Amino acid sequence: MTEPAAIVCHNLSKSFGPVRAVESVSFRLERGHFLALLGPSGCGKTTVLRMIAGLETPDAGTIELAGRVVDGGGASMPPHHRRVGLVFQDYALFPHLTVAENIAYGLGRGTERQARVATLLSLVGLTGYEARYPRELSGGQQQRVALARALAPQPDLLLLDEPFSNLDVALRTQVREDVRQIILEAGVSAILVTHDQDEAMSLADCIAVMFAGRIHQIGTARALYEAPVSRQVAQFLGEANVLPGDARSHSVSTALGELPLRAAPLHGPVDVLLRPEAIDLSADGAGTAARVQRAVYHGSHQAVWVTLADGTPLKVLTGPEVDWLPGAPVRVQVRGEVLAFPRADG
Amino acid sequence: MIRTLPRSTPISRLLLAVTIPLALALLLPTVYLALRAAQVPSGDALSYLTRAGTLRVIGRSLLLVGAVSLSAAAIGIPAAWLTVRTDLRARRLWTVVLTVPLVIPSYVFALALVGALGQRGFVQGWLAPLGVERLPSIYGFWGAWLAITLLSYPYVFLSVRAGLKGLDPALEEASRTLGRSGWETFRRITLRQLMPSITAGVLLVALYTLSDFGAVAIMQYNVFTRAIYLRLSLDLGLAALLSIVLVALSVGILVLAHITEPRGSHYTQRSARVPRRVTLGRWQGAAQAFLALIALGALIAPLGVLSYWLVNGLQHGETVNSVLAPLQRSIRAAALAALAAGILALPFVILQVRYPSRLSHALAQGAYLGYALPGVVVGLAFVFLGAKALGALNQTFGLSDYRSLGLLVFAYVVRFLPQAIGPARAGLLQVNPHLEESALTLGRSRPRVFLSVTLPLMRPGVIAGVALVFLTAMKELPITLLLAPTGYTTLATQIWSASSEAFYARAAAPALVLVLISALSLVYILDSDD
Repeated sequence: MTEPAAIVCHNLSKSFGPVRAVESVSFRLERGHFLALLGPSGCGKTTVLRMIAGLETPDAGTIELAGRVVDGGGASMPPHHRRVGLVFQDYALFPHLTVAENIAYGLGRGTERQARVATLLSLVGLTGYEARYPRELSGGQQQRVALARALAPQPDLLLLDEPFSNLDVALRTQVREDVRQIILEAGVSAILVTHDQDEAMSLADCIAVMFAGRIHQIGTARALYEAPVSRQVAQFLGEANVLPGDARSHSVSTALGELPLRAAPLHGPVDVLLRPEAIDLSADGAGTAARVQRAVYHGSHQAVWVTLADGTPLKVLTGPEVDWLPGAPVRVQVRGEVLAFPRADG
Repeated sequence: MIRTLPRSTPISRLLLAVTIPLALALLLPTVYLALRAAQVPSGDALSYLTRAGTLRVIGRSLLLVGAVSLSAAAIGIPAAWLTVRTDLRARRLWTVVLTVPLVIPSYVFALALVGALGQRGFVQGWLAPLGVERLPSIYGFWGAWLAITLLSYPYVFLSVRAGLKGLDPALEEASRTLGRSGWETFRRITLRQLMPSITAGVLLVALYTLSDFGAVAIMQYNVFTRAIYLRLSLDLGLAALLSIVLVALSVGILVLAHITEPRGSHYTQRSARVPRRVTLGRWQGAAQAFLALIALGALIAPLGVLSYWLVNGLQHGETVNSVLAPLQRSIRAAALAALAAGILALPFVILQVRYPSRLSHALAQGAYLGYALPGVVVGLAFVFLGAKALGALNQTFGLSDYRSLGLLVFAYVVRFLPQAIGPARAGLLQVNPHLEESALTLGRSRPRVFLSVTLPLMRPGVIAGVALVFLTAMKELPITLLLAPTGYTTLATQIWSASSEAFYARAAAPALVLVLISALSLVYILDSDD
C-alpha cells in the first residue's frame, strides 16, 4: 500500500463577505516534501494556510490530511484534532510561559514530556534556555522556540506563515538555513507561506504561485523561472524587462531586432520578457545602439540602466569589469531565446 | 493580517445564551422605572416637570455640571501637563498625590469641607481673632461646586496625562521645523491632538457630577439626585419621572463620550522617544505652589479635619471598635459585588472582542448602561421592584422586608458592571488571537485554551476591574442607604447617619478607614496599569 500524501487540497474556496479570498485552489504534497505558497500580500495564501489548520472553514472544497478528510462533505474537524503545527509571523509564543513550558504545551501528560522538550531544544540549538521567558530571547531565538513548539507533538504537517518577515535582513539568511536544517532533520512535511521569492526558492522543493485567490503555476524554482506560464508569474519571480513585439511563428521583432522565441510558435502582438542577466553590453560591436542612464556597482556584478533610441528603458545585469558612465553610447544584444506572452489588451 | 475566528460557533452561541438573559436582567430596573414613570398621568407629569420648582432643579443640575466641568478642566489640564511635559520637581510624587482624591467618597469630602469652612469651622475659628464674625455660607452651590471639583478633577488629570504620553513627539518636532513657535505648536498641534483626551475626562466629570448624591446632599443643594431622594418618601411616581429625565441626561453625556472617543484607542502607540521636557526655570516655584494648593484643598485639608475629629473624639471617650462590624459588612458586600462583576464581565468581553457582531455590540452597550444610572436611580428602581415583589413574596413566604444582602449586591452589579468590563476588555484586546490559534493547533480544546492561555494573559485587566468595582462599591452611599437590610450598617451608612445627626467625631473613624482601604485598592489599580 502506498503511503497517503501529506495533504491533498481539492477546489478550496473561501469568501469574506463580498471578497473572494480563495478560488478553487487544488494541490497535493507528498510526505516529507516542502511546498511554498508564493504570492503578493492579499492573494489568499494565508487564508489557504488557515483553512488547512482549521482556523477558517472553507466555503467549498475538501482537505485531506495524511489520508484523513478534515474538511469536506459538510464536516469540518476542529483545529485541535488536526495534528497540524503552525508557526506564525509574530511567533505567538505564550508570554506567561517559559521556553520549556511553551514547547511542552502541545504534549500530553507523561514521563516522556521532559525528554521530548529536551530533544527539541537540542534540535533547535537552544539547550540551556528552558527557564527563559519569550521576552528574554532574540527574534531568531523566539523563532526557533516557535518552531520547536509546533514540532513537539509530531504533527503530520507543519505550516509556516511568513516566518522570517519579522527578522532583520542580516539575520534572515542564517535563520532560514537553520530552519531548513531543522525541518529536514525532523522529516516533517511543510508548507511555507511567503511573498518573498528568494525565501521560497531557497527553502521549498516546490513552489505554488498565487494571485488573486488562484494558483497560477506549481513547479520547481527552476521551472517557474525558466518556463513561467504567464507574464505575472515571470515578473513575480525575478526581474524582467517587458518589450512590445510582433511574433511571427518562431521569432519576434522588437526594438532590439529579430529575437528567437522559446515557447514557439506564436503570432501577433506579444509582450517580450527579457531577464536582465540575458542582455549583453558592449562599447562597440554587434547589437542595437543605446545610451547608458545610470550604473550601480555591487562588487560581484553591476546593474546598468540603458535607453534605446526610441526611449525604451532596459535594465541589464552584467559583470563588474567595465565602468559604464552615464551618457556613454553602448551596444545592446540579447543572449539566447526569449519568452513572450500574447498581449492581454491586443 | 489578524482575523477573528468564525462568527457562529458553539462557543459564541453559548456566550450569547449567557449574556442575553444577563443583559436583560441588567436592564430590568431601568425598564421598570420607565414603566412606573409612564403610569403618572401625562397631564400631571407635564405640569410637574414644568413647575418652577422642577425647572429650578434642572437648572441647578446643569449649572453645577457646567461649572464643575470647567473648573475640573482648569485644574486637571495644567496639572497633567506639568507632571508629564516639564521638569517639575517631584513629578512622581505629585502624580500620586493628585490622583488620590479620586478615592475619597464625596459625602466624606463634603463633611470635612463643612468642618473646615462652615460656621464654627476651623477657618472661622482661626479668623475670629482677626474680627471675622461670619464666613459666607458653605452650603448650596459653592460648597457643592468646590467639593465635586476637588474630587473629580483627577478624571481630567489622568485622561490628559494618558493623552500626553501617547502623543508622538515627532509631530511637535515636525511643527517646530516647519517654523512654528513653541506656543503655536502647543496650540495647533499638542492641544488639538489632546482634545479627545480632554473631552473624555471632562465628560467623565460631567457624568460624575450628575450622578453624585453625597456632596449635594450634605451641601443641601437641590439638584436631581437630592430631589429624587427627597421625593422618594412622598411620591414614587414623580421620583421615577425625575429619574428618567436624569438618566436621559446621563445617557446623552455617555453617547457624547462615545462619539468623541478617539478611534483605535486600544492600539497604544508608545513612541520610543521621550519628548524633551519644558524647563520651568523661574516658574518652578509657581508650579509647585499651584499643585500644593490643589493638594491642600483636595487631600490635606479633608484628611486633616477627619484626623482632628478622630483624635478629639477619642479623647472624649469615643472608641474605634464601633467601626469593626460596619467595616466587615462593607467589605463583604463590596467583595461579593466585585467578584460577581468580575465573573459576569467575562462573557460580555469575550463575545464583544472575539465574536464581533451587531448583537454582541448591542449587548456590550446594554451592559454599559450602568454608567448612566446614578446610584439614587438604581436604588429607587430596586425599591420599586422590591416593594412589588414583596407583595407576592409576603403571601408565599411570609417575608416582611425585601431588602437583603443579595439584592444589595445585585444592585451594585447593575451599577458597576461596566467598570469591570472596561479593564477586562482592555486586557483581552492585548491578547494576540494568534496565541489562542497556536494553542488550538497544538491540540487543546477551546475551553482549555481559554483557561491556559487567554485567562492568564488577560488576568491583570480582570483583576483591575474587580478592584475598581470593589473600590466604588465600598464608597457607594445611596444604593446602600436604600437597599441594605435593616441593621446592615456599613461604613458608608455609618458616616451618613453620624453626619445627619451632626456627630462629626463619630463619622471620622469610619471615614478614615474607608479612605485608607480605597487608597489601597487604587494603588493596586494604578500599579496594574503600568
